[in-house]
Amino acid sequence: MGFREALDSGKFLITAEIGPVKGTEIDGLLEDAELIKGKVDAINVTDLQSSVMRLGSMAVCHLLKDLGIDPILQLTCRDRNRLALQSDLLSAWVLGIRNVLALTGDHPTLGDHPQAMPVFDLDSVSLLKVIGRLNEGFDMAGNQLKGAPDFFPGAVVNPGANTETALEMQIIKMEKKIEAGARFFQTQGIFDLDLFERFMKRIEGFKTTVLGGIILLKSAGMARFMNKNVAGVFVPEPLIKEMETTKDKVKTSIEMAARLIKGLKNLCQGVHIMAIGWEKRIPMVLEEAGL
Amino acid sequence: MIVAEIKPFGEIKDMLKDYNKVLIVGCGTCVTVCLSGGERQVELLASALRMARKIEGNEITVGERTILRQCDPEFIDQIKDEAAQYDAILSMACGAGVQGIAERFGSITVLPAMNTRFIGVSDGQGTWVEVCAACGDCILYKTGGICPVARCAKSLINGPCGGSQGGLCEVSKDNPCVWQQIYARLVKLNLLHFLKEISPPKTRPVHPRRLVREDLRLKKEQTKGV
Ligand code: SF4
Ligand code: SF4
Repeated sequence: MGFREALDSGKFLITAEIGPVKGTEIDGLLEDAELIKGKVDAINVTDLQSSVMRLGSMAVCHLLKDLGIDPILQLTCRDRNRLALQSDLLSAWVLGIRNVLALTGDHPTLGDHPQAMPVFDLDSVSLLKVIGRLNEGFDMAGNQLKGAPDFFPGAVVNPGANTETALEMQIIKMEKKIEAGARFFQTQGIFDLDLFERFMKRIEGFKTTVLGGIILLKSAGMARFMNKNVAGVFVPEPLIKEMETTKDKVKTSIEMAARLIKGLKNLCQGVHIMAIGWEKRIPMVLEEAGL
Repeated sequence: MIVAEIKPFGEIKDMLKDYNKVLIVGCGTCVTVCLSGGERQVELLASALRMARKIEGNEITVGERTILRQCDPEFIDQIKDEAAQYDAILSMACGAGVQGIAERFGSITVLPAMNTRFIGVSDGQGTWVEVCAACGDCILYKTGGICPVARCAKSLINGPCGGSQGGLCEVSKDNPCVWQQIYARLVKLNLLHFLKEISPPKTRPVHPRRLVREDLRLKKEQTKGV
């Protein structure tokens, strides 16, 4: 069953995320993918995450497809203008890629080639509209395609935006993304279930599917770093303490993630696990969470 | 206004190394307002150059002039005769001014003393900030008079990215996320509906841009005929 079918079936969805390497050594990445295959409904492949130059999302998605995994192509507006975005989408389709996550993308100055030209010819909302247009058999300029794709488009939302204004704007933009064709949303990492519950209440009327983000916390230091530097991620102090005082960080991390997943089960329609290097531990997390 | 800053002194000195008679020309408009290329700055640069070249034992004659606008042929012509007596002109105007003079006096070398930065306004003492990218299709009416094209690091027009933290832009903690400001302004003006509409992607400008106003052209031809 592919991701789209899983979503339509109404089951509690599980997706994971992997980030391609900087270089051509893909054995480790494929090994990780094999390990979680069958336990997740789809795997996202990031698109030059944090604006760091690496192996591309499309090639890795294609390799995952060959392994029998349904990939979600992450596509940002950072590096490609509207010509390249549309062409890449067509390329992805003929390579067997069916799901696309439309993103704005981080600014190049945050990555390892800060001199690069930031493109942002389109934004996440207009990219979603373009995907819908391609699905209908037309490009952005209105020209007819010879053979159209049938992508399943998704987007992201940041429920932990840390000012009321920022959250309000996230919700307005989420509505625009739904209007532009987003069928599912994956969220930024959630550590505070109460806060997330309030967010879900705010978007109650939206007809869409939300997969709550789970980040595997590796240490107290990582939590503090994210609180300071990662927009929309806030790890509450008790969880940081838990990581600080534990003798077995891996075990505690897995338990914590499982606890959050159990909480999310009553709040949204799925989880999106960002293991950030701990992909091998995803099966343990899922087992602990009873999934 | 056009905001420009003076180039590092070493770079200017290096540009002038083969010239012994240079006219520094200031501009009385934008760069005077942003305190970088007006009469006062012409004076300072001229004396610094004279001094530096004197120390090197390679004296230079430096003339000083400031005209009201270097982007306007009418004003450039005021220094035509004077300019002819120099080996080079060092313009303290924005890039348009430098080229304006170069175009007018084809046979004299014109050098830029400034780095032209952006269209901006003052943002407190000694600080200027970009506010317009001259995109050619102004959308300020739907963004509460605050421009996301010039003031959002990604020029996003459909609302913010997810990277803003504590009201600041993900790119630089020195800059507010402009979408926070736009939102606040739209709420205040009761115009939030604009943010809820999907804005289509902008058409990208093709350089060089040219503006033709037929109404003005016609008038000119008419007067010519009289
Ligand atoms: S939208 Fe912004 S960049 Fe475009 S003309 Fe208006 S102020 Fe200038
Ligand atoms: S944080 Fe705000 S200003 Fe900065 S790039 Fe994102 S939307 Fe634009």
